[in-house]
Amino acid sequence: MPEVLPHLQRLEGEAICILREVAAEFRNPVILYSIGKDSSVLLHLAMKAFHPAKPPFPLLHVDTTWKFREMIAFRDATAKSLGVKLLVHTNRDGIERGINPFDYNPDLHTQVMKTEALRQALDMHGFDAAIGGARRDEEKSRAKERVFSLRSSNHGWDPKNQRPELWGIYNTRIAPGESMRVFPLSNWTELDVWEYVQAQAIPVVSLYFAKRRPVVRRAGSWIMVDDERMRLNPGEEPEQRLVRFRTLGCYPLTGAIDSTATTVAEIVHELGSSASSERAGRVIDHDQASSMEKKKREGYF
Amino acid sequence: MGHPATAPGSGTRLRVVACGSVDDGKSTLIGRLLFECDSVSSDQLAALTRDSRRYGTTGDEPDFALLLDGLEAEREQGITIDVAYRYFSTARRRFVVADVPGHEEYTRNMETGASNSEAAVLLADARKGILTQTRRHAHILSLLGIRHIVLAVNKMDLMDYSAERFARIAEECDRLAAKLSFASVVPIPVCARNGDNVTTRSPRMPWYDGPVLLQHLESLDIDGGSETKPMRFTVQWINRTNAEFRGYAGSVVSGILTEGQEIVVTASGVRARVNRIVTGDGDLKQAVAGQAVTLVLSDEIGISRGDILTLPEWRCETADQFAAHVVWLTHEVMLPHREYLIKFNSRVVPGRITALRHRLDPDSLEQVAARALEMNEIGYCHISTREPVSFDPYRENRETGGFIIIDRQSNATAGAGMIDFALRRAANVHWHELDVNAGARAGLNGQKPCLLWFTGFSGAGKSTIANLVERRLFAEGRRSYLLDGDNIRHGLNRDLGFTAADRVENIRRVTEVARLFVDAGLITLVAFISPFSAEREAARESFRPEEFHEIYVDTPLEICRARDPKGLYARAASGRLKNFTGFDSPYEPPLKPELVLRTAEASAEELASHVIGYLRTKGLIP
Repeated sequence: MPEVLPHLQRLEGEAICILREVAAEFRNPVILYSIGKDSSVLLHLAMKAFHPAKPPFPLLHVDTTWKFREMIAFRDATAKSLGVKLLVHTNRDGIERGINPFDYNPDLHTQVMKTEALRQALDMHGFDAAIGGARRDEEKSRAKERVFSLRSSNHGWDPKNQRPELWGIYNTRIAPGESMRVFPLSNWTELDVWEYVQAQAIPVVSLYFAKRRPVVRRAGSWIMVDDERMRLNPGEEPEQRLVRFRTLGCYPLTGAIDSTATTVAEIVHELGSSASSERAGRVIDHDQASSMEKKKREGYF
Repeated sequence: MGHPATAPGSGTRLRVVACGSVDDGKSTLIGRLLFECDSVSSDQLAALTRDSRRYGTTGDEPDFALLLDGLEAEREQGITIDVAYRYFSTARRRFVVADVPGHEEYTRNMETGASNSEAAVLLADARKGILTQTRRHAHILSLLGIRHIVLAVNKMDLMDYSAERFARIAEECDRLAAKLSFASVVPIPVCARNGDNVTTRSPRMPWYDGPVLLQHLESLDIDGGSETKPMRFTVQWINRTNAEFRGYAGSVVSGILTEGQEIVVTASGVRARVNRIVTGDGDLKQAVAGQAVTLVLSDEIGISRGDILTLPEWRCETADQFAAHVVWLTHEVMLPHREYLIKFNSRVVPGRITALRHRLDPDSLEQVAARALEMNEIGYCHISTREPVSFDPYRENRETGGFIIIDRQSNATAGAGMIDFALRRAANVHWHELDVNAGARAGLNGQKPCLLWFTGFSGAGKSTIANLVERRLFAEGRRSYLLDGDNIRHGLNRDLGFTAADRVENIRRVTEVARLFVDAGLITLVAFISPFSAEREAARESFRPEEFHEIYVDTPLEICRARDPKGLYARAASGRLKNFTGFDSPYEPPLKPELVLRTAEASAEELASHVIGYLRTKGLIP
């Protein structure tokens, strides 16, 4: 067994226990796989939880069609090498309406291509439990959420009326039409995730590591020019810059940071001296005080 | 952020809950702690400054409570509704702090946060001292087995940093702690808003020579962790990858398990040896508390989800009756004898609270008599489960001594309990298998025994139709018995009234009597209003699926009222009859009855024939 800190082992044990509880109690669960580091850790834990069997649930990726190209390549390679079933869903209606992050408000883009798309996919497959890699330390409304978080028949979250959740005894009962969102990484921090990635040598998308990339400066963030669809403003000239990403999402809405960290160990070191939060690079998060809560009440992860 | 590399020996995270009465400054104290430990990032600080101007109570200063009150409703109302978890670390230790609500209404969320904590910071406002809610929280902490408490006497600035005031509150706290079971209680005078004695010693309270808050939490020695307790392995999932591999996936929740050791399944007493401890990183020689692994055993023995495996010399209890402290978490009151689902680790069994011995008064911590538990009340109960369960007393092992109570109708987490001791060991009460059983008697009678459960309003026609059905059965030479609601209340249930609690007990007794009659081989008819679906469902589960037939006598309330065969509707209308179904007591119609009889559309004779026809199609009578 690789050398891990006791507290990482404890987090691992808790997460595996949660994943097995889902397998035992739900009829049709799914892992929401968003390709980022948290999803990589989640998938790694699912592989371990059921070893030597494969995880008894498929992966679902909600593809907005604006993800970094490297993410999509990594996604397909991961599903193939691990031998797990991968479902990809895109909101066709949104595509036909021409929704994109340039002509529309980023919030609307997220609403249609992520939240609505997710609801469509969950309804279409009839999933009764959706496992996600969200963590409580990411954002303050997430800090309030239960590990097993009930969703109404239209996928809404009622933050004022959550079920009490004592010890590690989870109430998994749902009425017809309702579903459960489950967060095995609730108690992990960003640093825990990276330390675990390091200890277990878990593959992550190379966008997390510093490299010279073509970027433009927008609203205080470095936005990468990932393909020809990126619209440049008059006078805007992409520059090659040594950057990396702390979180991953739709490339026009995800800011890179200046960094020289090219290994996981360097990332762990860098986090120790960082003054900004993990989600600071996400354009969709900081428009209002309760934007995440609002999105979650509508069904966002 | 902050300090990634913690010092050697500080590899675990200390889980702390901050609690106390509303407005004592919990969120402010934690916000201050996070800020001073560099766990607030620059963009979060910018958002905080913005939010403080909009929602804050501190003028131009940042309002640290807003770092934690993550829900819109909380910021608007300026209160904490639900528990928030925050993570930070210092050079000496990693922490997770649960910030819980102080309002009595949200005690369930306080309990959620406290249940996973190892230490607590209990706040008191220096101006107000120890309040009822402070006592309530202290009591809950003690029940939940939290052994180390800091009493943070906050807002010392508003009492001119008075040493006398602090000493008075500390004394009051000592008197409270004497009634509870804490290992350490350390009072510290603080001012959360200005940071006095939070992370650094305050120059404004030179008379105080004890530890400052952070320093105390960093050095707190949490003894008796779960790894020092007897080994308990809870089985969660059976792993059958292929014909060759059969493993039991679960967690070592306490103690240490070593390869080659002999284990015993506590419920059955069957033993086997641990051949392998399988993990995704390869086999282990040893698994310790907190690790989730998969066991391969030497023999194929019966093990299912929810079983607890122990070492033969250190078994846990197995019983179907036990005494426990129960905290009630939902608006719907706890009724003794109502059937709930009870979940222990991975095991779910139906069970009931058979006796509410007493309730605890939150202020005096005295025991008072009670007939039901309201939301946020704490009671001491006897609980009976339909099947035996394995557990440890909660004070001996938090991992195997707790349970939650789930409402069968709403699926709400209705209560949580901590087991005190087993009342009766299951080993002594094996069901006596008799040679002449229901099947044998059924063959002799030329019929299949079953239960026809007629439910509906008073005056719906239940007794009339049931009586006609029984006459037809009798004429055909079938053996039957009719249990009628009114008749049973004259004898067996004469001590019961019509409150919700008594109605639940009424139905429970009738269910048990009906079980004996069905076992005797009879076609048994029950004609009871039986207004609550929870009790009817509980009755259903006491029988085999092919035995229980729910018949809904569906008569609109207006027709029942017009018929009023016993004059009861008239008495209820005049207020002389209380708790009458359809008036001031609810009726929950069946969702999936086997038969619906609409008396407005057919005569009682026709409906009785319909029931007989149904019995024939089901093959219950020839």
